[in-house]
Formats: sequence, structure tokens, C-alpha cells
Amino acid sequence: MSTDTTPGVPSPTDESALDAAVATALDEIAAADSLDALKSVKVAHTGDKSPLALANRQIGGLEPKDKAVAGKLVGPRRGRVAKALASRQVELEAERDERVLVEEAVDVTLPVARRAVGARHPLETLQEQVADFFVAMGWEIAEGPEVEAEWFNFDALNFGPDHPARQMQDTFFVEGSSEVEGAADALAGLVLRTHTSPVQARTLLERDLPVYIACPGKVFRTDELDATHTPVFHQVEGLAIDKGLTMAHLKGTLDHFARAMFGPEARTRLRPSFFPFTEPSAEMDLWFPQKKGGAGWIEWGGCGMVNPNVLLAAGIDPAEYSGFAFGMGIERTLMLRHAIADMHDMVEGDVRFSAQFGMGI
Amino acid sequence: MPYIVLDWLAEHVDLPEGLGAEQLAADLVRVGLEEEEIHAAAVTGPLVVGRVLELVAEPQKNGKTINWCQVDVGTHNVEGVDGAPATPRGIVCGAHNFGVGDLVVVALPGTVLPGPFAIASRKTYGHVSDGMICSTTELGLGDDSDGIIVLGRDLLHGRTDLEPGQDAVELLGLGDEVLEINVTPDRGYCFSYRGVAREFAHSTGVSFTDPGMPGTAPPSSTPDGFPVVIDDRAPIHGLVGCDRFVTRVVRGIDPTAPSPAWMQRRLTGSGMRPISLTVDVTNYVMLDLGQPLHAYDLAGLAAPIVVRRARAGERLTTLDDVDRALDPQDLLITDSPDEDASRVLGLAGVMGGASTEVTDRTTDVLVEAAHFDPVSVARTARRHKLPSEAAKRFERGVDPRLAGVAAQRVVDLLVELGGGTADAAVSDVDTVPGVEPIEFRVSEVERLTSLDVDEARVRSILEEIGCTVGDTPGIGVVRVTVPTWRPDLVGPAHLVEEVARLVGYDEIPSVLPPAPAGRGLTRTQQLRRSVARSLAEAGYVETLSYPFVDPAQHDALRLAADDPRRRALRLANPLAGDRPEMRTSLLGTLLETLRRNLGRGNDDVALYEIGRVTCPEAGAPVAPQLPGGVRPTEDQLAVLAAAVPAQPRRVAGVVAGNADPRGWWGPGRAGDWTDALAGARLVADRVGVDVIVSSDTDHAPWHPGRCARLSLVDGTVVGHAGELHPKALENLGLPARTVAFEVDLDVLLDAVEAEPFAARPVSTFPAAKEDLALVVEESVPADQVRQALVDGAGDLLEHVELFDVFRGEQLGEGRKSLAFALRLRAADRTLSADEVVEVRRAAVAAAQEQTGATLRA
Repeated sequence: MSTDTTPGVPSPTDESALDAAVATALDEIAAADSLDALKSVKVAHTGDKSPLALANRQIGGLEPKDKAVAGKLVGPRRGRVAKALASRQVELEAERDERVLVEEAVDVTLPVARRAVGARHPLETLQEQVADFFVAMGWEIAEGPEVEAEWFNFDALNFGPDHPARQMQDTFFVEGSSEVEGAADALAGLVLRTHTSPVQARTLLERDLPVYIACPGKVFRTDELDATHTPVFHQVEGLAIDKGLTMAHLKGTLDHFARAMFGPEARTRLRPSFFPFTEPSAEMDLWFPQKKGGAGWIEWGGCGMVNPNVLLAAGIDPAEYSGFAFGMGIERTLMLRHAIADMHDMVEGDVRFSAQFGMGI
Repeated sequence: MPYIVLDWLAEHVDLPEGLGAEQLAADLVRVGLEEEEIHAAAVTGPLVVGRVLELVAEPQKNGKTINWCQVDVGTHNVEGVDGAPATPRGIVCGAHNFGVGDLVVVALPGTVLPGPFAIASRKTYGHVSDGMICSTTELGLGDDSDGIIVLGRDLLHGRTDLEPGQDAVELLGLGDEVLEINVTPDRGYCFSYRGVAREFAHSTGVSFTDPGMPGTAPPSSTPDGFPVVIDDRAPIHGLVGCDRFVTRVVRGIDPTAPSPAWMQRRLTGSGMRPISLTVDVTNYVMLDLGQPLHAYDLAGLAAPIVVRRARAGERLTTLDDVDRALDPQDLLITDSPDEDASRVLGLAGVMGGASTEVTDRTTDVLVEAAHFDPVSVARTARRHKLPSEAAKRFERGVDPRLAGVAAQRVVDLLVELGGGTADAAVSDVDTVPGVEPIEFRVSEVERLTSLDVDEARVRSILEEIGCTVGDTPGIGVVRVTVPTWRPDLVGPAHLVEEVARLVGYDEIPSVLPPAPAGRGLTRTQQLRRSVARSLAEAGYVETLSYPFVDPAQHDALRLAADDPRRRALRLANPLAGDRPEMRTSLLGTLLETLRRNLGRGNDDVALYEIGRVTCPEAGAPVAPQLPGGVRPTEDQLAVLAAAVPAQPRRVAGVVAGNADPRGWWGPGRAGDWTDALAGARLVADRVGVDVIVSSDTDHAPWHPGRCARLSLVDGTVVGHAGELHPKALENLGLPARTVAFEVDLDVLLDAVEAEPFAARPVSTFPAAKEDLALVVEESVPADQVRQALVDGAGDLLEHVELFDVFRGEQLGEGRKSLAFALRLRAADRTLSADEVVEVRRAAVAAAQEQTGATLRA
């Protein structure tokens, strides 16, 4: 039997020659260190010209008895090479993928603010937070005009015509219109509201009892702007009129409010005071641990039981209904909460101030 | 506000041993007297009396002349070495209003003066100055004089017992800690030691002796008393201006007699400067009891004294040397040298005149203790800008029963300290009305405060504050007559406060009221929040500005002469004279805020503000003056409503510099008209109202070619957006190309549909996409083309989007190509090719017909 042998091509029946070819292939596959190298190895050991492919091709020319033997020898060996190639391919692809991801790494400390960033004004956000607090208690949020009739700002609230607060030193008065006869040199009977309390009178005239409302809003006094004063500022007014309301309910509401604004440790106290539209009246002090010069009480707002004359001005019988009212400064609250030392920051509209607060407070 | 010297207070109430100002403040605040300030001892260390022995004037190179003084300071003189006699101190002084032999106040090294200002030996002008000779300013005794105090001349008049070396801290009352309190307007009686002592007793329970109700009643009127006539022919609110007028006469007072050191010390501590015995005594009794008093030089008075209103044209030079034109509402004290009431002596209850002032030659005085209508005094004090000590007390209410007692105290002190003799003659015009009792249901205390206080306790508290609690007119009801010093107690609620504050506000429990059935924020309130939040999230920073504007701003913004925004409400008393108007638009004040930001180096700025503007209507009525305590009629309420001008809420935004920031990724994108319009559209979008945008070529302060008008479907204008006019920007000092919008938020909110809209179902059939490029004349607005396509395409058009605008030679001059992407879809089927072709054809046809568009080849 003569076998036509080509140099370098193993005979399909020569087991050791086949094994040597497989061993060479496996070594080269293992040694391939890139996908490109593996591609050449693949051509060299599984391509048409590869020793095992050529050996395989020779099987057709063998004696029938040898064909079966050669088939059993060559087939599995080609399978081993193919499998090794595939698994090396997976390995090298994984290595490549890993390398690419490393190469694609970025500097995550670069600035990323590609869109302009806006912000709310903290006085507005605080008013919303205050409103939310009262809404959560079942109260509603009332509103009223900022240019207000004197009657609502003063008379309805039991400020008589000669009350000092009605005089020029605190209140912005509105000039009479030159278009109304006789009114040119006079006043229009209007003021810039000096407090949010006229909303009390409007509410009592307009709404059905019982009434539980809060009113955050803008108010005006003729104070020059300095570190602690501003002619335009904000208050929140509260008013509750119902049957059976007492100063205990006022206290409970204020305590709850103080804790919402200043945390669970907040403490309050009431001390006797005077306002024309409440009787009894009280100042509400807040225990402030961060007070300059040592913890102590600081004034937070005024409050009291609604004066019977205010109820009468709205046609309500003070013998049947009672209630309480209170007012707090929004600026003061914000200043206390955020250690703001100078009023200028809150009123000048400098973006650097609002930006610190972002969307909330 | 009143100052409290502790040892004076102790005259009327048992002060606990060692009580300091801080504890006093804590005790008083519980009953409603608030601490204003604790004034620490003004001076510490060796402040002593000195006698000037030698004074050498030494001119200096700088043109000044200083005095090199040798001052005898008694035991504080410089000790001699080796048994040599002590020598006076050498002190350099720059003032010249004193001389050899004068007694002065010397701050020796180690003294701390108000400031604080520590005194030490120092080298100056070639001498070692071993202390300082003091002025009133330096001692904190007033700021009206920088001259040196000469004792006996400027302070401590007529005192002969002063010795060099004597402690001047004690002498001048500079070592006391003094509490200054705030008194609310209802507690006029606390402008006195009498009132504060009573309140201290209420707070602490210590025993109180009322100096206003002495054991011996003051003498009543005698027929030979100085004649006094009350002749008020123009009472205010129907109330005669004077209902009590007591006069007493003291003769033979030694005009050189000084007021005693204790009195001067107490007056100084209470914030008043000692002047002369007579004046000091009236001031002392006023501070003590709360009754303002006036002393006239009897020699200059011509009977009768007449209390009347001023006549037109009358004038008066008051004690402060100001010549004043009097108002017919001013209540006057006059006397009668020529005819009755012919000469004005003073403004009743406010300030005396110069003509009958007590002088250093006055020996006989007439003392006035009167009671005036608070409103009348308040109006006069305000009219003449004279918030005198007397006016402060009368405005807040003085006890009308106090006049006789106070006059007696003054008489007693003048007799005792000035060696005078009191006339037996007394005049006392007394028309003080009686106090009407209040029927008080005791259960009101619990109804208003939740304090459980029984009738016996209520009675005892009310009696403690000075009420007379009479017989019970019914079960649980008492009849309360309030004391004459408490005119503020006018109803049951006031009595409740008295009971509550004496029981203690701290005893009131803290109870949350049961939750009412609230409805949450209104839709309008929610939408306003949504707008505010959206703009902030879109990159705008919220700001707030004052609503006060300078009318010149209308010109800067180039508003036409008849622009309705020039019709502004004017303030009668603006803070800044050049800003008397209330804003009629937000943009003006927002642009000022922008300028402030740019000026501070904030370069790329987007701002917004939500706030009210005021839009007064021509011919609006004057708001009527109506009484309090009564519900106005519906007609009156309607007039009130009509008088209050409309104050719509607006939202405005402004962008200067980059809208998108520059960075390592590349250059930024400058803000332009599209940002402003997008901002305005965002507002409308958040509110949920459709707006139509059209160009507006004539709306200041916008650029005529780059201004969008936003309107509701019914044509109502809701606002404008775009680039601002270059001239307006130049006028305002703002960068070119600044863009802005202003939208009427209330109009938008009013347009919100009350009913929820019905949602369209989402079709899951496939869409057909068609792109169209249409060529139109440059003048045709893009939105008109879009609208035509929508009209032509009909119901199958789901979405249309303009994705390109192209201009080029191939289109020809003055033409542009608009490229639209159409998405077509049916609700119930897949569209056939024929249907799609038909929709496309119809859309193009409509565009052609409505805008002259041709399909681009």
C-alpha cells in the first residue's frame, strides 16, 4: 500500500502525526494574543490549506477500510482545534472589550452644568412651606389686595381714626386721583397694607363660618432699608373663628407651627401684649438656642383672641363665636432659620443669594 | 420708653433683697412689660470731683491751643516721694469753657467711660496727662455739648458740699444698672414708677403701696383759687379737651436752692437732665406718678387762665425756642393780660411757652396739674412733631383722678426743698365723668382662655388691679368698675386678659384645635406654584423687587404718552421722593434687579419675578371712611370694592448673556428672543391655556421686529415676549440683545377650563410619516403655514413639526423654505397608501391656497 504523502501534511491515518498537528495548533491558539493573531492562527489551522484540512481531504482517496479509521482519527481532532479557537476567541474578545472600556474612561470631575440652573427665592419657598403646614391642618389659604382700603387695614380691625399706627410715620398712604373732583389734594382712602390682617376682615365678610385660614403675603411700612428693616416684607396671618375656640387652641396651633419651622425641640411662650384687634393679646416668643450672646427668648410674632369689635365689623355675634389670630414675619423666620444677618441679601435680588437655596429651603 | 431706677421703684413696692435689672425684667415681662434694654452702669472706676488749681494755655503747631491743668483730686492726688506732700494731677484738656477754681469731673486712669472707653495715663503735647476732664457727652449724660462740665454751673446746681476727690459716679448716678422697658399703648399708667411698681407687685405678689392714693386726700377747690376757665368751643369727637385743671401756688421759693443729690441722681438715671429745683420737682413727680405737670412764674401770669382752642393765625414760641403757627384744633393754655384768653402760654399737655418759663429769679410759682383729651394731645403733638414727655403720657391716657395728688406732691417738695410756702387757695375744675361699670360673666375667662378660675379668684384679681367689683347682678355675673388709671379696660374681653395675665399665660394649656374639613390649595394657587417652579427649573432665578418706581422710568422704557402703563397710583408719602409711583408692570423693576446683578459681576443672568402690579382706573371713587365695630352695608362694601384698584398678578422674566452656559464642551449659546418666548410659552403651558402667538411691531419696550404678542383664543392679550428695544436697553444701561417677557398670570388663570378636559384615546395603528418642504414669501409667518397644513390635513394628522428653515439662491430673493414633518395616523385602521397621498395633497393644497406656498422641488 502506498500512501501519497505531501511534506508537512500528516497522513490521515498517522495518529501521532495528527496529534502533533493538533498540538501545534493548540499551542499557536493559546499563544495568539490578539484577535488578529487568532484570525491568522485560525486560517493556518482550520483553513483549506491547513494540515488537518488537507489530511481530511486525503481521506476520500483512502482504501475503504482505512476511510473509517481515518475519519475517526481526523474528525475529533479538527473538533478540538475548532473548540479551542472558539474559546480563545471569546477570551480575546472579552479582553478587547475590557480594554476598550478602560480606554473610553472619562474624567468624571469635569463640570457638567451644561444647562443654566435656576432657583426659587427662599422667601417664596418659605411662604409655600408655611401654606403647606396650615393646609395639612385642614386650613385654607386666603388672599387679599396689597393696596388696601383704610377701612380694612385699620377700622375693621379696631384701630380708631386717631390710633398712632394710622399716622404718617408707619403707613404708606395713596394720593387722591386728580381725575376725581375734589380728590386731587386729598388722600384716596387707600394704604399699602401695613399687615396681612385686613385679610381677616375680608375673610370674615366673605366666607361662611367656621373659618380657619392662613394668609402669607407682602406688607409695607415706611422703614428705610437697613440690616434689620425693609419697607416691603412678608407676614403670615392666621385666623380661626369657630364655636368654642380658646387661647389654649391658639397656643396649641403656635406650638405646632414653631416645631414645624424650627424642629421638634422648639419651645414657645406667650406673654401679655396689646393689639387693637385682639383681646386678650400676646407676644409669642421662641426659645432660640443660637441667639447671639447665648440662648434666649426672641420675639416671633403677635397673637391673641379676636377682639369682639372685629367680629362685629363682620356682622358676627361675639357671644356665639370666638377665635384667635396671629401674625409672624416671614423674613424674621428665614433669618432665624438660616442665620441671615443682613436684610439686604433678601431684598436685592442678587442671584447668588437665591442660588444657595436652589429649589427648596 | 421709661427707664427704671431700682431704688426709686423700691419706694412703692417691696423689692426683694439683691434684685438686679435682669430679674426685674424677667418679672415684668410676665405681666406684659417688655424689656427694651438693660443699661449697665455707665461708668466704672475712679471718676472723681476735681478742682482746677492752675491752667496754662499752650498754643500748638497744629493751630490748636491746649490747656495744661493742675487739678486737685483730694485723696487721689499724686503721693509724694519720701514723705513729700502729695501733688495735684497734671491733665491736658482741649476745651476752654472752664477756668481756675472750677469744680470739674475727672476720670482718673482706670476709669471706664461709656463706649467703653478706658482712661489711662498717656503722653500728649509734651506732657504726661494723668486722666481726663470730662464733658456731658463723654459721661453719656447727653449729646448736646462737648464742653467740660463745671459742677454747680452745668450739673449739681448750687451744691456747696462738693469736695475734690469725692466719688462722682455715685454723685451723678452713673453707677446704677437701669432697666428700660417698652410700654404698649394701652398701658399709659406704666409710664410711671407708680404703674411699674403695681405691675411688679402683680407679677411677684409683693406688697405695693399706691402713691397715687395717699392716706390724706388733697385739698379741694377754694373760692379764692387761681381763676381757671375751660372754654373749648370745638371739641374733637364731641369731647371737651380738658376735664380737669388743678392749680396750686407756692411762694417764696429760694431760686438758688438746688435739687437734692438723690433727686438729681434718680432723674439722671431715668433719662432726664436736672435743670433747676422747680423743674426737677415737676419732672420727678411726673416720672413717679405719671401726671404731667407744669410750673409757671406766677409773677408773669394774668388771671384768668383760659383753656381754649387756637385761633387762626395765632403763633407761639415754645420752650424749645421754636416759633410755631398754631392750628385751630390745637388746645391751648392762655392767660388774660389784656382781655380774657388773650395771651397763649402753651400747647395744652404738650409743651409750655417761653414767656412764662420758670427762671433763676422765680420765687413764686403756679403749679398746673391737668387732664386733657388723649386724641387732642396726640394730634397736636404729631402736628408740631413734639413727642414730649407730657404728650407721651396724655396720648396713652393719664389717670384723671391723679391731678390733685400730684399737685400736692409738687407743693410739698417745693416747700420742703425750696423753703417755699404753699397758698391755701386751690383751684380744681373737675368735670371728669364717672366710670360706667362693666357687667362681667365670670365664665368668659374659661370661654376665651380655657383657664379654670372661680368667681372668688376672679374677684380678687380684679380688685388687685384696682377694680371695684360690685354686687352680682345675676348668677356668675359681676359688676366691675375699672380703676381711673385703666381707661383701656372697656369690655369683658379686656377683663379676661387681666385675669389671664395675672394667673399667668403660662398656665393656659396647649391644645390643637380639631381639624376642620379643608379643601387644600385652590387650583389657582396650585397653578401659580407650578409656574414658579417650572421657571426655576428652566434656569431662571426668582427675585423680588420693591414695587416703587420713578415715573422717569416710563420714558426710559419708551412708553408712548398715552400708554396705559403711565397711569400709576401715587403714594402721598413715598420713602424716596423720586419713586412715588406703584409699578404698573413688573418688567421695569425686574430690569433694575438685572442691572444690579450685572453690575456685581453676575454675567449670564436669567431672572423672573411673580408679583402684583397696580392698575388704577380713571374715576375710581375715594374709599369711604366708615366706622369700625359695625358691618358696612352691601352698598358701602361695593364702594369699598370699587375704590380698591385692580392688582393683577404678573410674571416676568429676563435673560442677559448666555442662556446655555459655555464650558469645556464649547462656547455657550447667547440668550435670544426664542428664550424669552419659550419662557412665556412655558408659563401658559403650565397653566394649561392655549395661547396664540403673533408679531407685535409696536409694543414698548420691545424691539419692533422681535416682539411676540401672546393672546388667548378669544383675542385677549396675555403678554409679550422677545428682544428689548436697543434704545430702551441703552437708556437703562443694559447690554444689547437682552430679552424679556411679561405675562398677565391672572388673565391666564381665569382662562383655565373649570371642567376637566376629555382625554383622547391613544391609537396603536401604525403611523405614516411624510416630510414636506414648502417655499413661501419671506413675509409669511411660519405658523400660518403650519396652521394651513393642519387645516388641510384634517383629522388624520396626529403631529406636525417644523424641522428646518432654509434660504438660498435657488429659492430666489425674499423667499424661504419651511420643512415640516407630518405624522399621520387613524384611530381605527392602518392607513392605505392612497389615503396618505390624499392627505398630503390636501395639506399642500391648503398651504398653497392660504399662504401661496409651493412644494419645493
